Amino acid sequence: MSTTPLQAPVYQLPEEHYLNATYGIRSWLLTTDHKRIALLYLASVTFFFFVGGIFATMIRIHLLTPAGYLVTPETYNKLFTMHGVAMIFFFLIPSIPAVLGNFLIPLMIGAKDVAFPKLNLLSWYIYITGGCFVLYSFATGGLDTGWTFYTPLSSVYSNSAVTPAVIGIFINGFSSILTGLNFVVTIHTMRAPGMTWFRLPLFVWAQYATSIIFILGTPVIAITLLLAGLERMFHLGFFNPALGGDPILFQHLFWFYSHPAVYIMILPAMGVVSEIIPTFARKPIFGYTFIAASSIAIAVIGFFVWAHHMFLTGESTYAALAFSLLSYLVAIPSAVKVFNWTSTLYKGSISYDTPMLYALGFIGLFLIGGLTGLFLACLGLDIHIHDTYFVVAHFHYIMVGGAVMGYVGGLHFWWPKITGKLYPEFLARLAAVMLFVGFNLTFFPQFILGYLGMPRRYHNYPPEFQVLNVMSTAGASILALGYLLPMLYLTWSMRYGKVAGPNPWPATGLEWTTASPPLTENFDVTPVVDWEPYDYKNRPELGLATAPGPALAPAHGDD
Amino acid sequence: MQSQLPFYPDQASNFAPSVDSLMTFLILVSVFFSVAITAAIVIFFFKFHRKSKNEIGVPIHGDMRLEVTWIVFPAILALAMFGWGAVVYVDFRHAPQDTLDIYVIGKQWMWKIQQPNGHREINELHVPVGRDVKLVLASEDVIHDFFVPAFRVKMDVVPGHYNTMWFRPTKPGRYEFFCSQYCGTNHAVMGGWVTVMEPSDYAAWLSGSTGEDANPVVAGEKLFAEKACSTCHLSNGTGRAPSLNGVYGGTVRLADGSTVTADEPYIRESILFSNAKIVAGYQPLMPSFQGQLTEEQILSLTAYIKSLQSQPVPATGAGVTAPGKK
Repeated sequence: MSTTPLQAPVYQLPEEHYLNATYGIRSWLLTTDHKRIALLYLASVTFFFFVGGIFATMIRIHLLTPAGYLVTPETYNKLFTMHGVAMIFFFLIPSIPAVLGNFLIPLMIGAKDVAFPKLNLLSWYIYITGGCFVLYSFATGGLDTGWTFYTPLSSVYSNSAVTPAVIGIFINGFSSILTGLNFVVTIHTMRAPGMTWFRLPLFVWAQYATSIIFILGTPVIAITLLLAGLERMFHLGFFNPALGGDPILFQHLFWFYSHPAVYIMILPAMGVVSEIIPTFARKPIFGYTFIAASSIAIAVIGFFVWAHHMFLTGESTYAALAFSLLSYLVAIPSAVKVFNWTSTLYKGSISYDTPMLYALGFIGLFLIGGLTGLFLACLGLDIHIHDTYFVVAHFHYIMVGGAVMGYVGGLHFWWPKITGKLYPEFLARLAAVMLFVGFNLTFFPQFILGYLGMPRRYHNYPPEFQVLNVMSTAGASILALGYLLPMLYLTWSMRYGKVAGPNPWPATGLEWTTASPPLTENFDVTPVVDWEPYDYKNRPELGLATAPGPALAPAHGDD
Repeated sequence: MQSQLPFYPDQASNFAPSVDSLMTFLILVSVFFSVAITAAIVIFFFKFHRKSKNEIGVPIHGDMRLEVTWIVFPAILALAMFGWGAVVYVDFRHAPQDTLDIYVIGKQWMWKIQQPNGHREINELHVPVGRDVKLVLASEDVIHDFFVPAFRVKMDVVPGHYNTMWFRPTKPGRYEFFCSQYCGTNHAVMGGWVTVMEPSDYAAWLSGSTGEDANPVVAGEKLFAEKACSTCHLSNGTGRAPSLNGVYGGTVRLADGSTVTADEPYIRESILFSNAKIVAGYQPLMPSFQGQLTEEQILSLTAYIKSLQSQPVPATGAGVTAPGKK
């Protein structure tokens, strides 16, 4: 089975590219090249993924027995809190935007860099500063409030290192805001000639929608956590009823950001899938406008559903009805995407390449994650399943099955562009299958646990829940191996992988018209776009069979 | 304990069958979509597998009829889910009249429960089968959540708020309850058991274990005098503050012209934040009792105020079926 789609001439790496343009640690730490900044983020989010992953492993080992196997209740509470904080704020939220988005947006729109390259570097330093505060919190007492920081537990009662953690997340927020701002300005102002809005890759649309949420939502979480920190440090009564505050106010503010934050995590992954599917089906995406518009619709409606996390806090029945209805509304654009991706496969020329396995795995897992979201949005059903393992399973299907599968799939898809090298295809397919199987075995049993009534965040549980918990832990061990494998062979491939050539799949985006790895300036000549997105038919330079039709000018138009 | 349906917990309240029916409906819809889409992906994946290295797919850009179909059809199903879910939820949030009111206080990490006659339990709740039971939930510290899986009900227990939840137990037995809102170190052991009893057994259990002092109405009456409430809230309505006779459950007209129903949260608020809502025709003279009363004292005062109906209520507590003495 051919692993490289084109048995093309043996490629050489370009003599000069962004990786070898300059050398030395300073050239990395002071770089303003969006591609190098993307790699700085790649290293740092991988670190946090590893930290969060170790916590997750310990959680699953602990839950092997009903009485708890490994750690004390205090430690267990810290484990799931730190797992959540590391994974959400320092891995999932920055992962696709800051790594793939940074690397790809200028390349995809035919620009030399983002609009504000220095601001881009500053974003990374802010992220690292915030990350250091959070790691300091983990190391000096840990954090046991849950990643949701509900007051008054976090602001009054917790004995753990809450203050440095909320300061760290507050600081980190500015990184998101600046990245979002940078992307919005870049996409508006720096598109190459011919790159109209409706020729933009859907990945760019998804990043644009994500950036809107970054800019509008992040200030709210930043100030909310700061208020909780102020209440903790100086006993200012914002949320503590003993000081005249209201703990429910915290939840409104927290979820006003943190629900849209779910879309920060999933939208970019949807963007990745929208790139991979047409590439490996070699045909235009079905319903381009609907997929693009649905990203914006999700970003906008996503701001009006936050109180569906609060149906059982005693909020008014009318509020609950409105938020439930709006939550069903936001499900429609997600469904539209799934239908369109599936239809894109029809009459395609489909390959089994690794990124495609991830993209199809994404659809399957996101489908389950999305459908179970309907269960939680259902007011009557939420009375029972709220705050149980059903919720845990649901959001892991969205965030791990969706966002992480999209991220890892995207890394595989663009790895030849990022490094100029191919990874070992067999190992990569094996890892994709392991992740899919391991993931389902880990999290599907948790839906059942939840309906049977096992509450979340429990360090011990009634004995009748053990079988399902053991299944979940078994799945987690497959999952862990599935994540370690790519870390190993991708690192290996950077040195020993086969040279990929500029466009190994081949794909239709602008990023594939330049060398792999690209020059520091991305393109020799500013490209001119005169083709429609994902068009294989009129692109003879891709070297594929083309249906009869007028051939259009090649991508490297120098007119 | 499992019911006949696989993966459904025991059905022991009026809400259990309706929540389970909803669950079944949503599972059916989800299975339909999952199977349809997965089947399409698998079939396309193999049927349209790349035949030759340079082959491209057939360019199809979209189909407006399909787009409309898969927006409208799921939207209708979503509305059905919303509507059905809303019916169950509205029922759950609005307790019927004449409930058996039980006070539940959550604190790190135990549940203190008080029956209408004042009998106290810790991490145990006894209720009669077939009777509408309303739990009035208060927290002394952080947010907790009272969750009975076999009843399919839960409600957050929020400091500074009263939340209520109701259910009608339908099957005698012992059912585990949990705290399902993370509340700190021993969150996972903050649970207990609900015992659903035949009404006669419940009455016997209640009468066999009560002490006069524990009666919240009696305790509330004492507090009412101790805290000098009685100097202004004269029962004949001539005091500086309104009479509280028969106020519970009725409508109160406020100084700003609006009206409010005198339920537990209103009484609580009027005690703690006395100037939040001023009754029409009275001056805002009452001092705030914020921080001066424990949750239990507030519950006792509330119970006493509730007992001040037009007709005297026996001190065994409102709404309890007559205890059959053994």
